[in-house]
Amino acid sequence: MADDTGGDLHLRDVTKSFGTFTAVDDLTLTIPQGSFFALLGPSGCGKTTTLRMIAGLEEPTVGSITLGERDITHAKPYKRPVNTVFQNYALFPHLDIYENVAFGLRRRRAKDVDKQVMEALALVELPHLARRKPGQLSGGQQQRIALARAVVNRPQVLLLDEPLGALDLKLRRQMQIELKRIQTEVGLTFVHVTHDQEEAMTMADTVAVMNNGRIEQMGAPSELYEAPSTTFVANFLGQSNLVTGRRIAADTETVTVLCHGQTLHVPVSRCGTEDVDVLLGVRPEKIHLGGEAQEVAAGLNSFAGGIVSDASFMGVSTQYLVRLPWGQDLTVFAQNRGIGEQYPVGSRVTLSWEPAHTFALAGDATAGVESDLAVPVG
Amino acid sequence: MTTTVTTPGGTAGPRAARPAPSAPALLRARRWLGRNALRIYGALAFAYLFTPIAYITVFSFNDGGRSNLVWRGFTLKNWANPCGAPEVCSAVGNSLKIGITATFIATVLGTMVAFALGRHRFRGRTATNLVLFLPMATPEVVLAASLLTLFLQLAPIGIQLGVTTIVIAHVMFCLSFVVVTVKARIAGLDPRLEQAAADLYATEWQAFRRITLPLVAPGIAGGALLAFSLSFDDFIITNFVSGNVNTFPKFVYVSAQRGIPAQAYVIGAFMFFLALTIVLVADIVRRRRAPK
Ligand SMILES: Nc1ncnc2c1ncn2[C@@H]1O[C@H](COP(=O)(O)OP(=O)(O)O)[C@@H](O)[C@H]1O
Ligand SMILES: [Mg+2]
Repeated sequence: MADDTGGDLHLRDVTKSFGTFTAVDDLTLTIPQGSFFALLGPSGCGKTTTLRMIAGLEEPTVGSITLGERDITHAKPYKRPVNTVFQNYALFPHLDIYENVAFGLRRRRAKDVDKQVMEALALVELPHLARRKPGQLSGGQQQRIALARAVVNRPQVLLLDEPLGALDLKLRRQMQIELKRIQTEVGLTFVHVTHDQEEAMTMADTVAVMNNGRIEQMGAPSELYEAPSTTFVANFLGQSNLVTGRRIAADTETVTVLCHGQTLHVPVSRCGTEDVDVLLGVRPEKIHLGGEAQEVAAGLNSFAGGIVSDASFMGVSTQYLVRLPWGQDLTVFAQNRGIGEQYPVGSRVTLSWEPAHTFALAGDATAGVESDLAVPVG
Repeated sequence: MTTTVTTPGGTAGPRAARPAPSAPALLRARRWLGRNALRIYGALAFAYLFTPIAYITVFSFNDGGRSNLVWRGFTLKNWANPCGAPEVCSAVGNSLKIGITATFIATVLGTMVAFALGRHRFRGRTATNLVLFLPMATPEVVLAASLLTLFLQLAPIGIQLGVTTIVIAHVMFCLSFVVVTVKARIAGLDPRLEQAAADLYATEWQAFRRITLPLVAPGIAGGALLAFSLSFDDFIITNFVSGNVNTFPKFVYVSAQRGIPAQAYVIGAFMFFLALTIVLVADIVRRRRAPK
């Protein structure tokens, strides 16, 4: 089905309203052909609605969707070279696995139905289940059949709506690797919807973080992780320490921020705001813990006078909570390389990190934080 | 049984020993009853349900002559010649013809109505639901009288009381039952299945034909069976709107005044066993197809 001419998927200013409620708000996206694109966001942020508009199961209220040169905004779902792996699989209960997978091929009167179906079943490693009914399969098996049923059509774009949501952790990790393998093998554009940030980061070339029907930030996983541009992204993707501060100076390379009496530096390129009031952020694994008396090397950002309030040994690393003089707890991950010192609860410590690992944001420090991880801001 | 059996501390004294044998017997009887109460209850319920049918079956073999009220001896001649009594077979024929026609029309119309109600939101949807419920709630004899009045008005345009008017009347009251049965099935259907079909290149018609229809089919079949049995069975409305056309219920009713011929029992028993066979065969087929 896929033709080789430019097949980038474009969404332009797409809005979808249900009555007065706006599920998707002015979304603009470009998904390059052949890429593995992840749409990441909390439940209810409009991910499924976005996929349904691409599939043609929902019409945008405003905006346009094009695939390559072709405007598919209002095309019928069966006229789009797009297939979906549904959130609940939606296998046809009265047809056996073979006929489920053959369904799309038969509708398009494809040749070699048998060969293609068996190939697709081999791809998901379930050819022996061809004559079973969906009801006789486990959740994980149904998931793979749903994938085979979509992939067998070789669509230009494959939409996956939280396909691994129902699986247990071990199977999920395994399927993530499988999916990635299949995507590389068949070279289709994958649009993968998930609320699991780890899944999005490990699998996708590009991740778009969505919140309340809008894209918060889009980019390579490492880019989003290292330089989040909103507090939502900083908190939703991994953990962040966010500290309030005031911008006091700036030159062409560095912005200087005063945080609770401490002068800190952040590269201009990593400063996402022009405001005077900023949130300075640093990831827990970027912070170095030193003893109270230890000298901090020149040019590093640092907070002195911290007290270890909690230390949990986690095998490869130790997670510390360090209470700073103004009452805020920062999280620090220290690798257990056996060379650094261990700091028991109550130790006095100094935190230090590279300015290049610092980022500055505007806004509410708790956006996108699961409630039990909320970072109190002093 | 007046002496008490229990002795403090659980040790049975010599005075308590005498009634002891009867106590375990009572206990055993109670335990037996406890274990078998459900079975006994079930057997009684079935007896209640099937006594009339057993009676019909037995009396279809009665050598009773014109009146089939007292047992006069076993014979196979009623079964050998079910059309023996005057008019019985023409009445059954009419009933079958009317039943099949009315079932067909009511099933097709009712299925379409059920889809409209189950799948679309339109003005007057609630009203339609209510209107469909009315024929089920209205006393049949009132409906019958009003239908008769209506059909008499239609006489000048060439509609005479007869098979046509019976079919029209039967479609009317069967329709509601078909709609209700099919609608229940549609309500239980996951709309995402049809969307998945559309996503897999099926046009609206193909999605309906390949996915929706097979999944709703048991509901449609159920509705059709219900419609047929309602139509075949109907006496009150039919009696009002049939003119001089005879149907099986009408035949039985009329002959009841003179004594029902044994052939009516033959037809009744035959219908029962036919229905039973259909149900059993359907069940076996379903089990064969069901996952092992
Ligand atoms: N058909 C609909 N009618 C009304 N509201 C809807 C409909 N579909 C989705 N929504 C709403 O739109 C929001 C986004 O839904 P969805 O796209 O399913 O979120 P996600 O997949 O990210 O969890 C939700 O608040 C949901 O209640
Ligand atoms: Mg969803």
